[in-house]
Amino acid sequence: MPVYVRDRDIVVPGEPLASQLFKGEGAVYVEKRKIYAKALSVVEIDSESKVIRAIPLKKKYLPAKGDKVIGKIVDVGVTHWTVDINSPYPAILQATEVLPRPTDAARMDLSKILKPGDIVVAKVIVFDLTRDPLLTIKERGLGKITKGTLVQIDPAKIPRLIGKKGSMANMIRKALGVDLIVGKNGRVIIISDDREKEALAILIIRKIEREAHVSGLTDRIKKFLESYGIEVENNA
Amino acid sequence: MSSTKPFGDILSTIKRESIVTLLRKGERIDGRGLHEYRKIEIETNVISKAEGSALVKIGDTKVIAGVKTEIGKPFPDTPDMGVQIVNAELIPIASPFFEPGPPGEDDIELSRVIDRGLRSSEAIKLNELAPIPGEKVWIIYIDIYPLDHYGNLVDASGLAAVSALLTTKIKNWKVEDGDVVLLDEEKPLPIGEVPVFVTVGKIGDTLIVDPSYEEELILDAKITLAVTSDDKISGIQKSGLGGFTPEVVKNAVSLAINVADQVRKKLPT
Repeated sequence: MPVYVRDRDIVVPGEPLASQLFKGEGAVYVEKRKIYAKALSVVEIDSESKVIRAIPLKKKYLPAKGDKVIGKIVDVGVTHWTVDINSPYPAILQATEVLPRPTDAARMDLSKILKPGDIVVAKVIVFDLTRDPLLTIKERGLGKITKGTLVQIDPAKIPRLIGKKGSMANMIRKALGVDLIVGKNGRVIIISDDREKEALAILIIRKIEREAHVSGLTDRIKKFLESYGIEVENNA
Repeated sequence: MSSTKPFGDILSTIKRESIVTLLRKGERIDGRGLHEYRKIEIETNVISKAEGSALVKIGDTKVIAGVKTEIGKPFPDTPDMGVQIVNAELIPIASPFFEPGPPGEDDIELSRVIDRGLRSSEAIKLNELAPIPGEKVWIIYIDIYPLDHYGNLVDASGLAAVSALLTTKIKNWKVEDGDVVLLDEEKPLPIGEVPVFVTVGKIGDTLIVDPSYEEELILDAKITLAVTSDDKISGIQKSGLGGFTPEVVKNAVSLAINVADQVRKKLPT
């Protein structure tokens, strides 16, 4: 079986991973019937379904339809806001996606609703690489954030912060009693009245960012929390 | 830095609020005291081709400075003095909001503030650097390049410039047949009184020292003071849109003088 790497190996760009008997996923490219790594990544091999996956250690956020993102208003236009979503593409939030019913947005002063510097939790409605992504805040759980602390980590680590079916994020929420809003674009908002809990949550998020590629992450986070005297439910 | 509103980063509203509420309680977002510097590290002789150089870190802010020397013509109004030229450039490597191209207002402000502080305190003994007055004198170039902009570039640049000067060695010389002959031996650059630059920022009614990048974004105004070891002020620069009342300036001056001693201890000897 022509596989050149082992499971959970760290590979550099251009490193051959396997022959094309495997299906390449993630940051890979194919040349002369071989699969190569495209970025500095961790390899995951699924020998049953013959899938080899390269998970990049770092990446830039590329918007995708349906993603929940945390954006910062950077500019106010006549009928829209420009939103920084920590991506190469600035996002557009149309006034119609914010105002409750059809209103003549051009007659309103949009900066009275959202002004530069405001943080919004939004959802990507369209993105096809030909135009800037469009956002909406017209759904439950979306909208302007008025308090909390914003932490930015690498977007590549967000899946580990969320965990399987949200397990990691839920564990942090339960253990610390803080509210956590996780955006796919690498931004996290921590809402808590307790400054110490908040500081601890930031420490944990940074720890996850640093150690996401090493296995046994959940256990280490549990130990970390316990070292601060915080009980963690096992089924969390 | 300048009076024109800088195009660039916008601090999020929630962060601005948390900084301001903490300041009211006398705390800062990174846990420092109001009148406390971030960790200062100075490394000297980092550029082998320069006569003197220093790499300064204040927290994550990083500035490199180098000193080059050559023999040249003096300015007509000061024929018996060496020439001091300070140049600073805000290069794109330091921040995504610095653009390449000809130096802008902020670049020039930075170099002028450092130049003024050094010149007025007579940091370089320029009168000892004129081998043939009116004809041939030493020209001292001080080049400052910020490498990482995490706030308070002025203080870091000042420290880098002074540290580089303190470690600068120039060729010894003799005058022969109306010409300057450089000898093989080196001697330290004649140094007088060196200043320490302390930037005091004002947010509301609170004065803070060494503003970080995030704090700089919401400062009403700031004032940079070049303080010498005998507590004299050799240079002042106020920037930002807000104003200072005379009373607050006095407070800022005494604050800067107090803090300058801590910073001075870090200078290379």
